Parts: sequence; structure tokens; C-alpha cells
Amino acid sequence: MDLFLQQTLDGLATGAIYASLALAVVMIYQAIDHFNFAQGEMAMFSTFIAWQLIAWGAPYWLAFVVCLVISFVGGMLIERIVFAPIHNAPVLSHIVVFIALTLIFNAFAGFIWEFTIKQFPSPFPSELPFETTLIGPHELGVVGITLVMLVLIYVFFRFTPVGLAMRAAAANPVSAALVGISVKKMLALGWGLAATVGAVAGMMIAPKVYLEPNMMLGVLLYGFAGAVVGGLTSPGGAVIGGFLMGVLENLAGTYVIGSDLKLTFALVVIVAVLLFKPAGLFGRVVVQRV
Amino acid sequence: MALLEVNNLVASYGPIRALHGISFSLEEGSVTTILGANGAGKTTTLRSICGMVSTEGAISFAGQDISRMPTEQIVRQGVAHVPEGRGTFTRVTTEENLRLGSYARKDRKAIEDDIEQVYSYFPRLKERRDQQAGTLSGGEQQMLAVGRALMLRPKLMLLDEPSFGLAPLIVEELFGILRRINEQQKVSMLLVEQNATLALDLANHAYLLETGRVVLSGTSKEIAADETVRKSYLGY
Repeated sequence: MDLFLQQTLDGLATGAIYASLALAVVMIYQAIDHFNFAQGEMAMFSTFIAWQLIAWGAPYWLAFVVCLVISFVGGMLIERIVFAPIHNAPVLSHIVVFIALTLIFNAFAGFIWEFTIKQFPSPFPSELPFETTLIGPHELGVVGITLVMLVLIYVFFRFTPVGLAMRAAAANPVSAALVGISVKKMLALGWGLAATVGAVAGMMIAPKVYLEPNMMLGVLLYGFAGAVVGGLTSPGGAVIGGFLMGVLENLAGTYVIGSDLKLTFALVVIVAVLLFKPAGLFGRVVVQRV
Repeated sequence: MALLEVNNLVASYGPIRALHGISFSLEEGSVTTILGANGAGKTTTLRSICGMVSTEGAISFAGQDISRMPTEQIVRQGVAHVPEGRGTFTRVTTEENLRLGSYARKDRKAIEDDIEQVYSYFPRLKERRDQQAGTLSGGEQQMLAVGRALMLRPKLMLLDEPSFGLAPLIVEELFGILRRINEQQKVSMLLVEQNATLALDLANHAYLLETGRVVLSGTSKEIAADETVRKSYLGY
């Protein structure tokens, strides 16, 4: 029973990271109808920036905040420079650009910081103030940070005029322009936010998987799975899907498949959901009149 | 000086030219209507003013050249477009639709008052304020589109077929409210309508458009009295 609880709680901690990435992916998907494959590498690059700041002597939380700001601006720049010009281009062009971005970030991270793995510090104390064997301090901290971030994002989208405008611009760009919303700015803002959310995910997972240019591969795959499970049209669903994937990964790993097939498991889930429930658990089913 | 001055406007969709150099103007405080058959270029004219199609020629609004501005910038000058098909933000609530209409404004306090003002014009919208806008009926969505446009506190409203697909009683109600808005809030209107009787009744001035050209213009009375208009558009 202890093992089950341990694995579930630990799964929630990694699930929090998958949830963040799933949310980032869905935010961009809502705005431009494409899956950002580069989300993971962007997050990895952000994490390296934070690592560099810490290596230069910055305290953790300062590095954390500066990294978020840089990621936000970087995300906006990527949208403005790379995606705005191909806004109306076909799906394939987008996919090619996503793959290119993935490779560019990966190669540049390796070029600047080398491919050897690095320790990334955890900002949380090494011992909990109370006695438990069920969850580690870092895991608990990750869940806490992620929940705070998710609540902030929810409040932003739900209760602020800019959040409302971003939703409007994503759902109905023509009408949005007609009420004076700059759809371009909203798109850039969306990319900035997604990059920021990804950066948090990267910094939270790095102490566990160690920092290196390929660290996000498995994480992103599980993030994708979370987004697909929850539904690509539902940000809340994607978050729940992410948590679910974290728990499932651990339970399946412990009781069913062992650790060798972890990535396969994520892919199987993606394929199964797309086959049998393409809208995901919480997504809107789009019915088209023909 | 005219509020809106359109000079030699040419508009094209890709290689296809929809407007062949039309000119017209709209006096401040007036309701001006553009009549014409399907495909005459009425909707294109409205879309051109809002910077939604590529155009040549001059469009000046309140003395300012707006022909090269992006849509959202034109809107911020005080041009509210009630688009063809209503343009409802279907997945947010009725009230959020109205709030979106005021996005370009910064005076928070007045926005709350204006929402109440819109509800006083359209009490039905108040009943449905927390309902997802996509679930409203066609007539309600049209009211919402007008209400959303009002939330900008516009100087000029562009109305694209507001009567389209609505039951006659609702059309009557809607046009009554448009008249009140024009008279009480001094909002100028450029109205595009299939229903020429209705349009000429509300408008002071009218232009007749045929295949992308202005073929006739005058006061609503003159236009309504015109032999060809009477036969082709009014049907008697």
C-alpha cells in the first residue's frame, strides 16, 4: 500500500510537469491550430539559461525570475520572427519549422553548454519539516509551484480583460480585430506565456533528470500524451491529462511494464486516445455539417 | 465636413476586383444606406472601410486617412463594425461579448454603465448575460452584435445586413432600437441592407451600388421615389 501511495504521489509530481507542458502545447494549439514540437527544446534552453545564471553566481530565485522573463520575451520573438510570416502557410510548413526549431535549440544548447549532463539545483529544502516517506521535498515543492502557476494562469485567462481578449483572438480572430484587439499581439503574448510555462516545467524537472540538451524528450512526449488525453481543445483538460499521465506512468512502470517501456507507454496512450476518443476526455467534439 | 469620405475606392479579392472606384460620403449624425443586389459590393465596401480587404483609393474618417491602418487601429478611431454573420464570440458568455466590445476603451467605470445601457436597449440580453453566446438565437445574436458595437462608444457604426435571417417582428424591434441609438447617442450609421424599404425608412441618405459602381445617390426620399429603384428594389 505504501508503495502504491508513494508511486502515486511521485507520479503527481512528475505529472505536474507534464501538465505544465501540456498546457503550454494546448495554449499554442488553440491559437494557431498546430502542435508545437519545439516546446520541449524551448523549455530545455530556458533551463540552461537559468543554469548559466546560477553558475555566474545568481541566487536561485533571481535566476528563476530572470529566466522566466527571458523565456517570455524569447517566446514572443519566436512568434514574431519565425511564425508570423508563415501564418497562413500549410500545415507541413509549420511542421518543418517546428522540427527546425527543435534541432536548432538542441544543437545550440550543445554548442554553448556541451552535451555532458549537469546537476541542476532544487530550490526546495532537502528535508521536510514533517516526517513522511511518501513524498520527497522536491516533489512536494514541484507540485506546489506548479499549482500556483496554474491558478495564476487560470485567473489571468478567466478574469482579466487581456486574458479574455487572448481567448477571443484565438477563437475568432476576425471579430477580435473588429473590437480593436490586435490579434498579432495576442499571438505573440500567447507564445510568450507558453514559453514561460515551459521554462518553469524545465527548471522543475531538471534536478530529477539532470540537465542536458536531450532531457526534455521523454518529458515532452508525456506532456503531449497529457494534452491528447485531456483534449487539445481544453486547457483545463490538458492539465488534468498531464497529472493523469504522471500517475499512470509510475503505476504502469511499477506494476506492469517496468521502466524500459516508459516512452512506449506514452506513445501507446497517444495512439489509443486518438483512435478511440480523438477529442480527449474534456475536449469539445467538433461536429461538422456537410 | 463629412465624417466619412470615400474617394475612388478600388477593392479586390486576389485577382478579382469587387469595387471599381466608388466615392461617397457620410455626414456626421446621419444614417446612410448602401443599396444593391447580391454581389454589388455592399459588404466589400464595409470591409474596405475596416481594412479587411486590400484596397486602393482614399478613405478618410474624421479627417484622418484610415486606408492604410490595420483593422484594430481603425476600430480604435471609433468605427464599430457589425459584421455579416454577426461575428459572435460563441464560446464566451453574452456579457463577456459585450466586455470584448469595450476592449479598446480604458474608462472602466463607464464600461459598467454602458453594459447596463445595452441591457436597457436589449432586455433579452440581460436575461442571457451568463449564457454561452453561441447558444443564443439568431435574433439575440444580432442584438448582441449591435450591443457589442455600441460598447466601443463608436462615432460610426457599420451595419452589414442586420435584418438577415430574422423574423419580421424582431427586425422591426431591432430597427426601432437602431433609430433610437442614432437619435439619442448621435451615432452615425452606414447601413447595408437587402431589405430596401426598411433601409430607406431608417436612412437619411442612400447610395445605389451596381457591380462595384455607384449608380445613384441622394436623400432617402429621392431614392425611394426613383423609378428604377422602386421597380428593382422596392418591388412595386
